This record gives sequence, C-alpha cells and structure tokens, in this order.
Amino acid sequence: MKKQRFKWSNLYLIFIFIVLYAPIAFLIFYSFNDGGTMTSFTGFTLDNYAAVFEDTRLIGIVLNTLLVALLSSLIATTIGTFGAIGIYFVKKRETRNAVLSFNNILLVSPDVIIGASFLILFTFIGFRLGFVSVLLSHVAFSIPIVVLMVLPKLQEMNDTMIKAARDLGANTWQVLLKVILPSITPGILAGYFMAFTYSLDDFAVTFFVTGNGFTTLAVEIYSRARQGVSLEINALSALMFVFALILVIGYYFIQQHNMTKKQKNKKRQHAEAVSMR
Amino acid sequence: MTKKSNVFYFIPYTFWLLLFVVAPLVLIVYQSFFTVDGQFTLDNYQAYFQSGTYLRMTLNSFWYAFLITLFTLLISYPTAYLLNKTKHKQLWLLLIILPTWINLLLKAYAFIGIFSANGTVNDFLAFVGIGRQQILFTDFSFLAVATYIEIPFMILPIFNALEEMNPSFIRASRDLGANNFETFRRVIFPLTLTGVKSGVQAVFIPSLSLFMLTRLIGGNRVITLGTAIEQHFLVTQNWGMGSTIGVVLIIAMILIMLFTGEKKKKGVAHK
Amino acid sequence: MKKLISMILAILLICAGLYIGADQLEKAKGITGENSLNLYNWGDYIDPELITKFEDETGYRVTYETFDSNEAMYTKIEQGGTNYDLAVPSEYMIERMIDEDLLIELDHSKIKGLANIDAQFLNQSFDPSNQFSIPYFWGTLGIIYNDKFVEEDAIQHWDDLWNPELKNEVMLIDGAREIIGLALDSEGNSLNSKEDDQLAAAAKKLSGLTPNVKAIVADEIKMYMIQEEASVAVTFSGEASEMLYENENLHYVIPSEGSNLWFDNFVIPKTAKNFEAAYAFINFMLEPENAAQNAEYVGYSTPNKEAMKILPAEITEDEQFYPNEETMKNLEVYEDLGSKYIGVYNDYFLEFKMHRK
Repeated sequence: MKKQRFKWSNLYLIFIFIVLYAPIAFLIFYSFNDGGTMTSFTGFTLDNYAAVFEDTRLIGIVLNTLLVALLSSLIATTIGTFGAIGIYFVKKRETRNAVLSFNNILLVSPDVIIGASFLILFTFIGFRLGFVSVLLSHVAFSIPIVVLMVLPKLQEMNDTMIKAARDLGANTWQVLLKVILPSITPGILAGYFMAFTYSLDDFAVTFFVTGNGFTTLAVEIYSRARQGVSLEINALSALMFVFALILVIGYYFIQQHNMTKKQKNKKRQHAEAVSMR
Repeated sequence: MTKKSNVFYFIPYTFWLLLFVVAPLVLIVYQSFFTVDGQFTLDNYQAYFQSGTYLRMTLNSFWYAFLITLFTLLISYPTAYLLNKTKHKQLWLLLIILPTWINLLLKAYAFIGIFSANGTVNDFLAFVGIGRQQILFTDFSFLAVATYIEIPFMILPIFNALEEMNPSFIRASRDLGANNFETFRRVIFPLTLTGVKSGVQAVFIPSLSLFMLTRLIGGNRVITLGTAIEQHFLVTQNWGMGSTIGVVLIIAMILIMLFTGEKKKKGVAHK
Repeated sequence: MKKLISMILAILLICAGLYIGADQLEKAKGITGENSLNLYNWGDYIDPELITKFEDETGYRVTYETFDSNEAMYTKIEQGGTNYDLAVPSEYMIERMIDEDLLIELDHSKIKGLANIDAQFLNQSFDPSNQFSIPYFWGTLGIIYNDKFVEEDAIQHWDDLWNPELKNEVMLIDGAREIIGLALDSEGNSLNSKEDDQLAAAAKKLSGLTPNVKAIVADEIKMYMIQEEASVAVTFSGEASEMLYENENLHYVIPSEGSNLWFDNFVIPKTAKNFEAAYAFINFMLEPENAAQNAEYVGYSTPNKEAMKILPAEITEDEQFYPNEETMKNLEVYEDLGSKYIGVYNDYFLEFKMHRK
C-alpha cells in the first residue's frame, strides 16, 4: 500500500516536469530545423547555431541581459531583505499593512504603466537612458517580490531567539548576522531567483527606460516579432538553457560535495524519518 | 534599540519606496484626472464606472485571475509537497524554476505550435481517434498557458514553507492518532499558510493585468484590464484613461491585501 | 551566512566577467561618439549585410536599436533621453510627429537619389513635398486566404468576409484603424471618416462579423496562417509576402473598392546628434542596388523605381504586392484623426472585441 502511493506521487512529479519542459523541448527541437519556421520540420541543420555565433550584436545583447539580471537581482535582494526585516519589526499592524500595500503596487501595476512612469521619472531628472536606467528599473520592480518571499520566513522565525540573543548582549549587527539572516536564507535565495526571473523576462519596462544602444534580449525578441522570430533565437535560447541547466546541476553537486559528512548524515536521517512515515 | 535598527534597515528600502513607488503612484493618480487634451476632469472615472464595457472587463479580469490562481494552487501545492519529500529536493526545485528563464514570448510561440490545428496535441488526438479540436483561442488554452507560466511562482513559496515545517509536529499529530487527512488539514496546511498566501499574492495580483497572453493564446477572446490599459497607453495615447484603470487596479489590490492580510497570525504572535 | 557571502561574491565575479566581455565587444565595434549612427528601426527590418557594407564604405559605426510599435517609438522620442539619429515610423505617426515638432526639416541639398523614388510615393498628404521624410518601404492592407479551404474567387472584397460560410474562420489584425477602416471601406466611405453616422454604421456592420471572427491577433497572424490555423485573415502586405513565401497555398488580395496604403519612412528626429551620418545612411539606402538588396531581404514593397529594375520580374510583376493602377487609385493613406476621433475609433473597436461572447 505504502509503496503503491509512493509510485503514484512520483508519477505526478514526472508529469509536472514533462509539462513544464514540453514547450522548451519544442523550441529546442525546432532550433535544428532548416525549414525556417516552427511549423514543419523539414530537415536537420546546425545553421541556426552558426548564425548565433556570427551575430556579435546578439551576443553582446545576451551578455548585457545577464549582467543586468544578475546585478539587479542582487541589489534588489539586498534592499528587499532589509526592507522585509524592517517591516517585520514594525509593531503596529496598520502601518505594516500600509507599507505592504505600497510594496505591492509595482506588482499589480501593468508593465506598460510602470515603464511609462519610470521613463517620465528618468527624463524628468535628466537621467541619461541606458545601462544604469535599466538596472535601476529592474532593481525597482524586483524589490516587492523579494519582500514577499522573505517576509513569511521572518514570521516563522522564532521571536524568542532574537530576545535571547539580545539578552546575551548581542548588538543589532550581531543579531542580524547570527540570528536573523541564517534563519531566512531560504527566503532570500527564493527572492533572488524570483527577481532574476522577473528581470530576464521583462520586456515592457525595459523597452521604455532603455536607450543609447543598450538593449536586452527580451526587447530584441519582441521587436523582431513583426518580422517573425527567426530560429536563430530558438538556437540562442537552447544554448542559454543548456548552459543554465549545466550550471544548476553542477552548482548543486559541488554544494553537495562540500557538505560535511555530518550534515549529510543528519540530512539522511531526517529524510528517512520523513519517508518512513 | 529596536527603533534605531529599524531606521537602519529601512533607509534603502524607503528610498526605493519614495522614488519608484510613491512618485510614479502620484504621477498615475495625477494623470487620471486629465483628458487627452490636458484638461482637468473627472470624466475618466465617470466613463469607467458608467460604461458597461469597462465594468464587464473588470469582472472578467477578476474571474480569470481567480481561476488562474486556483488552478495554479491546485497543481502547485501537491508538487511542492511531493518535491519536499524527494532526495535532491533543492535540485528539483531549481529545475522547476529553470523553464521560467526562457523568454515568455518564445514559450507562447511554442504553445501556439503545440495547441494549433496541426500541432502536437491535435496530432495526438487525431491519432487516438478523438479527432482534431479547436484548442487555441479558447478559455482552456488561455487558462492552461497562464497557469503554466505562474506555476513556479506558486511552488517556490509553498515549498519554502513546507521545508521550514518542523517534522516533529507531524509525528506528534500521528502519535495522537490523527490520520493522514487530518494531519494535513490540521497541521500541515495551517503551518504552510503563509507560503500559500505569498504564492497567491504573487500569482493573483499580476494575473489581473495579463495582456500579452490574452492576445497571443486567447486571440483577444479574453479581454482583461491589462489589455485596456495597454491600448490606452500605447494606441490611443490616452494616458488619463489608462491611469484611471491603473488606479482602480491598485485600489483593488489594496483591498485584496486587506482580505488576505495577516490579522490572525499577528494575534497569535502577540499572545 | 558563509553560503550567502560566497554566493554574493560569485555573482559579483560573474558580473565583472560579463561587463568586461560586453565592453570588449563594444570596443571591437570601434564605436566612438563622433562616428556613430543611432538607427531606430523595427526589429529585423533591414538586411544586416547592408549595415556592414555601409560601415565599410563610410567609416560610420551603426548602433541599431529596435521598437515594436509606432506608439512606443513615439513615446521614446518624445520623452528624450536618447540620441536617435534616424528612425523609421509609419505615415500617420510621421504626420503627428511633424505636428508636434519632433522632426528635423530635411536639407534636400544633402540628399542624393531622391529621383530614384517613384513619384507616386512622394508628396503624400502626411508630408507634402517630403520636407521631413524619405520613403523606405510601402504596402497595403488586404485579405489573405488559403486556397485549400476557400475557392480562389470567393474572396475579392471586404464584404466577402461576412459570408456565413466563413463561420469562425476569419482572423483579424489587432488594430482599431484597420478594422473600423475596412468596415468603412466596405460601405464605400473613406477610412479617414470623421462622420459620426458613418462610424456608427461601420460599428453596427462589424458586430455582424462577430460570428465569423476566430481571433484578433497581431504579428502572430503570420504564424497562424502558415500553420493553416485559419483560412482567411486580414493583414498587411508585408506580412503577407512572408506568409506566401512559407506556404504556397496562401494568396493575398487587395479589395479593389479601397483599402489602406501605408508607408514606413526615414525621418530625422529632434533627438539626432549626428546629422552627417543620418544623411549618409539615407543616401546609401536610396542607391538602387542597396534598396533592391534590402527589398529582397525584408520582402516588403520598395518605392525605389530604379531598384525595381534590378529586382527579378517575378517580384515586381506580382500584382499582390505591386498592384495595378486601378487598385492603387482607390487606396487611401491614414490621416491623423486627432485625439478625439482616435478615441472614438478605439472605443468602437474595444466594444467590438468585447462583443464576442
């Protein structure tokens, strides 16, 4: 009985993964098509990949895109985490809710509104559009999601720990480093990933605030839509995807490797305890 | 001391709040009171609340956002729950997020290929003898793709909440004689509620203003407030009306936040 | 804690690497302030080889930035903050930008090869005597159909879209001017109409089209028609030419009772810095050889009559894209309607879209 259920649950997970990866498999499959469209597969070719490597403009755009995404989510995560800690310490519920409402405004506003108002903002202060304006905008729209990811972790945190640390004479800095941050690390990482995702995917905001030759991949892809997105973009996405996949798996196993044996054992025991139930 | 540290935490955040939230917000509210010609007016709000078109659109948006959130939750909760029990759970979680790094437009194009009249799904349906169906431009395809896009944003917070949960609670519950369902209902689900809430917020709120998928996959059969805003900002260039709808959306969001707010939680914490 | 710090360091390190990489690429292009030309154009709307050729011939370095709609481009130029030396808006947007003083008056003494442009594409109402713009490509709005599902002669006019046999088979382009315009045209009115009763009649007629409409989409129409998702669609000639290239069952018809004639023209926006480079590029693209090469790459109709002599006859004799005089006579260019009537058109269109359930 127990075994049976375990299999069913695996089946469910496998199904979810197949669904999640189906469109990507579709894209990668057609990146090898020499027919030029994603409709009928006429023959195998690597031309689309060759086109990517010849297109230095596109490669430059990819580098810029990654740079903006990595850096903006790092800054956003830092600001957002501190913001969440600040919100957590606010005692009055009304104030907290008010701040949270403000926090979520950027999440609810359609990208077009955000983009247009950021553009007005930047040009109003006479800011030159380009890398920095795009970076700042990405930081700006990523912060709320980080706060949303970190806050629940703080609420789950044991309040008494902080009190205990304070009683033992720890100062604010020490409380932060030794107590708060370690217990909310999963939330911070989740926030970082979300912010990274938002940044990679954003088109509308970036479009409005970019300029002077700076472009991200999303903007480039959307503006190619009128002419039809060529399979070169498929090939590029396939390359980036495989690269990310290798990075993620590699990172994970290095992480695993570095884990001390003790931790590993502890983890295993824990896992067994859970799965036995 | 808490006061002082609070100020310290808040400095960059407040700066962001003022510059990138309050300033644009003021701008949007300000603009919503002006006509295309720059005349001060309340007409935009009047037009919104008196026009059946906009009210129907608002209802539509909420209904679809609700459905998207519901489906996403129904799929994501068990996934997060089961993921949490797997051996390399962090790796699997990363692999759930990975598909979101592919450009949305490209994924939408892939779905067009999959759902189209001669696409993968229809080839399969024809093969098993059901026959080809119109899938694109239906509520089904729109909801399916929107749910697909949002799933990782729901799984992540729920997974985090599950991971933090103390397994001894479950054990205790079992020892007290609760069956699986009762343990889930009384122990697991309540303890992961914060994760579910932040997931719902991260999905429902943006779903209200989806616009690209409504056209690409829904063929504009599904019209949401996002569609109208996009049109007013980019086509009509009637930023006043666009801002008005934006203001309505923001007020709706604040109301949602109040309803799903953490009233109970707070009471417990201060016991 | 250590985990967090090491992650932050790793991210910063990667960022530094990316920055250096991007910087090197930029340097390799050799862009300095003085020799650069900032070109603002639709995505993939020029043969990249021509840009290289231009760079080799003149020594200027081209920075190519892209937009996906006229309105979005307008917003960027109006707000400023970037220096676009050359942009390619469509005609109704050019008219508006002239009105709002966003364009530089062209110095015709610096333009060589304007005589290559066919006279019928010059001196249009949106820019009489071409003081502000030079034609780049032109085209029409029409109907594309698939002869597998629809008989060849069944679709020749806008009214044919209302044929009950086309139930749930018609795809429309997501544009208020286009859709309201085709209804106006089908009733024999001008597609720039500002007569309230004509517009109301058009809207009423459109609501009768609802059962036939499968979807209202934008650029994706191309993909859908190639995939044979629908049998009939209303779309632009440029898009159509690419669809025909991909699927030989497709045909394009310009309804002879009247349709839209559109232009994408070069303009020099007020934001421009490098005028010499802008003129050099305009002149370069006016050269018949280059215009012909570009027309073959992009697939749109070129206004350059000298280039047409170079292009293969199968392109220039194709009446789907280079229509005969009779049809040309009935084509109309969009005029700027003014904000009030843009609003009216869009409200009717939004209602039409909402009608659908």
